[in-house]
Amino acid sequence: MSQLFYDAAPNATRVAPEREPERVYPDKPEAVTLFGTCVVDLFFPEAGLDAIHLLEREGVRVHFPQEQSCCGQPAWTSGYRDEAKAVARAQLDILDRAGLPVVVPSGSCAGMFRHHYRALFADEPDTLRRVEALAERTFELTEFLLKVCKVQLADRGAPSKIALHTSCSARREMNTHLHARELLQQLERVERIDHDHESECCGFGGTFSVRMPEVSGAMVKDKTRSLMDSGAVEMVTADGGCLMNINGSLEKQKESFRGRHLASFLWERINGTSEGEAA
Amino acid sequence: MSQRIPVTELPSDFRGRAEGALADGQLRNNFRVAMDSLMSKRANAFPDADEREGLRELGNRIKAGALSRLPDLLEQLEQKLTENGVKVHWAETIEEANTLVHDIIEARKGNQVVKGKSMVSEEMEMNDYLAERGIECLESDMGEYIVQLDNEKPSHIIMPAIHKNARQVSKLFHDKLGEPETEDVNQLIQIGRRTLRQKFMEADVGVSGVNFAIAETGTLLLVENEGNGRMSTTVPPVHIAVTGIEKVVPNLRDVVPLVSLLTRSALGQPITTYVNLISGPRKPDELDGPEEVHLVLLDNGRSGAFADAQMRQTLNCIRCGACMNHCPVYTRVGGHTYGEVYPGPIGKIITPHMAGLDNVPDHPSASSLCGACGEVCPVKIPIPELLQRLRQENVKAPEQPQQVKGGGAKFSRRERWIWRGWQMLNTRPVLYRSFLWAATRFRALSPKKAGPWTENHSAPVPARRSLHDLAAQHLDQNGGRPS
Amino acid sequence: MSARANILGKLRNSLAGTTPRPDEFDERLVTAPWRYAPEDRIDRLRSLMEAVHTEVHPCRSDNWPELVAELLNKRNLTNLLCAPSKEHGRALQAYFEATEQKVELLAYDQPVEAWKEELFWNVEASLTGTLGGIAATGTLVLWPDRNEPRLMSLVPPVHIALLKASEIHDNLYDMMVAQDWAAGLPTNVLLVSGPSKTADIEQVLAYGAHGPRELIVLVLEDA
Repeated sequence: MSQLFYDAAPNATRVAPEREPERVYPDKPEAVTLFGTCVVDLFFPEAGLDAIHLLEREGVRVHFPQEQSCCGQPAWTSGYRDEAKAVARAQLDILDRAGLPVVVPSGSCAGMFRHHYRALFADEPDTLRRVEALAERTFELTEFLLKVCKVQLADRGAPSKIALHTSCSARREMNTHLHARELLQQLERVERIDHDHESECCGFGGTFSVRMPEVSGAMVKDKTRSLMDSGAVEMVTADGGCLMNINGSLEKQKESFRGRHLASFLWERINGTSEGEAA
Repeated sequence: MSQRIPVTELPSDFRGRAEGALADGQLRNNFRVAMDSLMSKRANAFPDADEREGLRELGNRIKAGALSRLPDLLEQLEQKLTENGVKVHWAETIEEANTLVHDIIEARKGNQVVKGKSMVSEEMEMNDYLAERGIECLESDMGEYIVQLDNEKPSHIIMPAIHKNARQVSKLFHDKLGEPETEDVNQLIQIGRRTLRQKFMEADVGVSGVNFAIAETGTLLLVENEGNGRMSTTVPPVHIAVTGIEKVVPNLRDVVPLVSLLTRSALGQPITTYVNLISGPRKPDELDGPEEVHLVLLDNGRSGAFADAQMRQTLNCIRCGACMNHCPVYTRVGGHTYGEVYPGPIGKIITPHMAGLDNVPDHPSASSLCGACGEVCPVKIPIPELLQRLRQENVKAPEQPQQVKGGGAKFSRRERWIWRGWQMLNTRPVLYRSFLWAATRFRALSPKKAGPWTENHSAPVPARRSLHDLAAQHLDQNGGRPS
Repeated sequence: MSARANILGKLRNSLAGTTPRPDEFDERLVTAPWRYAPEDRIDRLRSLMEAVHTEVHPCRSDNWPELVAELLNKRNLTNLLCAPSKEHGRALQAYFEATEQKVELLAYDQPVEAWKEELFWNVEASLTGTLGGIAATGTLVLWPDRNEPRLMSLVPPVHIALLKASEIHDNLYDMMVAQDWAAGLPTNVLLVSGPSKTADIEQVLAYGAHGPRELIVLVLEDA
């Protein structure tokens, strides 16, 4: 955050941070830590497992520390800073223990590590150094596969048309929409179809969906409508929160259209199967 | 077709108003169409991303530079304007500002005022204040005129009547002005033109806002497309400009990037039809222009926002409206749902300092933090970050020092305990894993109703086995080695 | 305590211990993207102004009065407000007299209060000079003065503006610097980039909201 201040005074007038230079990616590491995220953990564990498969296929050893829980985002976006900080500190300790690059199958949680932990620990210089190091070695799954592993995907599935939904924080903080598009482009028999207002939020926003259910509900209805109208047979996304929101809404509307996690989709395409929960 | 309801009769809370707006298909369609068009116009006005980003950064730095020496700049502005023959007045509150304006009108024994578009005068509720004192205060911006004629408030800061369609305007002109009904927009505008021309001629005082006040030269800059701003500031014998103290910039050259950012972000125009730079009243040898020019500098909570280095960034705002045009919440609920002068994302972060967070407690929560607003803001106000900050202020315990006026409005001991519980769950691995175990094992027992969530969604059912469980088994089998 | 003292006091208090930010104005950002070859300036200005419903006519110092007469006759206009005290006003007057034009030339030679009704309801068109033009945004720059007052370019439904090609600048910044505007501005400076318009009803563009319905620019290519 130091670049935010032109002088040291806490009451100094702030300017916007410099534009981030394009991220420079390291060589493929031998091992990584997978941070599963709480939503994937409980509701879409098969996506987490498929992420492990994808990483292992690239010859990367995957650690999954059993102490991990949630990145702290729900409390942070709800205004409960102290609670968010305590949870963030616990994850920071766990992730620092192995010190490995961290791969996250959810853009908003990766964004939490990359961007918001800095704000949480701005007042603790020592912790802030560890936070900077964590930010430096955190990768969203699609980003890691594409940019670090330089993955090559051979499509073994049947021809299909899909829509891609990207979470807002993933799009704006992690460029996930670009990485996911590039990965999907590698799949020869998959056609990615643009849907109406593609860059617009699905209405999840964590606790927004329960604090403002009327507005959030209108947003997710519009999103599911444009997904279904797009001509795609399914939706893929790399964010657990949006997936829970969109699928939950589709189910409530008694629609058969569904979304699934990009990791599961990719794993199925290159193998012709998904292990899913049965594994 | 639905009847538009004057804003004063809408439900008192954001959610209640939102519910009404969401149910109004015409209203939602009007906004969706308009916002889509404004978004694409803006995108087309910035074809080169590097140019756009460079300019936004410059805009941010000019505004931050101005704020970093705001008191000095205001004094310089005052001095230059005074030298130029403009009278400068200061007001801490809207009451003071209204009194100042009223006194100036009284001194001229005026009873007719025409107004160019001014959000600060909306903030002051100047029309009502003057009307109560027997002074007619007529809006002359077409959109504002329409809204005023229908006893409404603007629903957008750039497009005040965006919630109305031509048929509704036609009916309004028919009912209020006795004009024949027509849905031809050109004809409707000509009705407005004729009616207002007479008013410009008769008015004793013209009131306007200010887009940028230039300290170096003592100049007030106004942008507009219609010409009503020029009329209001040129025809009546007295011109009163009202503006917030944050509108001052140091140098004339600063307005080059700022005007470009403003008009391109707001309307997708490279420049507005008119950019009007006013540096004084009519000189003795000149044949038109007002004999008196006044500037009222209004605080109304701005110095409160200024006191907090993070919230100070709200004062970068140049009132372009791009944040609302790009906001998925605004697009769906419209401007009136916000119940305040400034709607949309920017309204959510500046209103608390004016009205107190306790008067707009739902505003910080009325966002999915999608970040679209921050992405398009021409002066790079980190709107999502500031919304998040206001959420913190909103739930602060009463015994903690409050940093924002009306802070702690949403504090609830029960909710605080829920988050404490959440914290405990997520910081104690044994507890968390026990929770996973129970939630997956007893998934069949998970509730069919989960509060507001199940209004829009099916009830979430945990998976059979958690990722913790699956990963442990998988990595065990493979010895943590690539398979 | 006065409101002024209170406001300034609060602001100063909030800035206590800080230093003003350095001046970071980078003029390249407002000039480099907006540079044109001299021969392209007119085209740029013209295409931008035409895109917003403005008529742009290239002409010469010796034939523009003829063009004005033609434009007025085509519209059946019966009078034109122009400044007899200006060189272009005299040139127009001379041409109109020589060719016995029926259009009446009016002068803005008294304070607006003395002839408001007539100005607002009877004047059909006006002709003014300009201080120059801006290619980047398709803009005319006017510095109204005693001879050509502020309302001259606003109230009549048709505004004809004379623009010398040599006075078209690439961008606003260049023009401000070249003419040292910062040293002092007149009572009113106007940038005009088309006829008056509004999109306040359903975002449908309508021209002639409060100011001129028509803006006609005569570019004097040899001046």
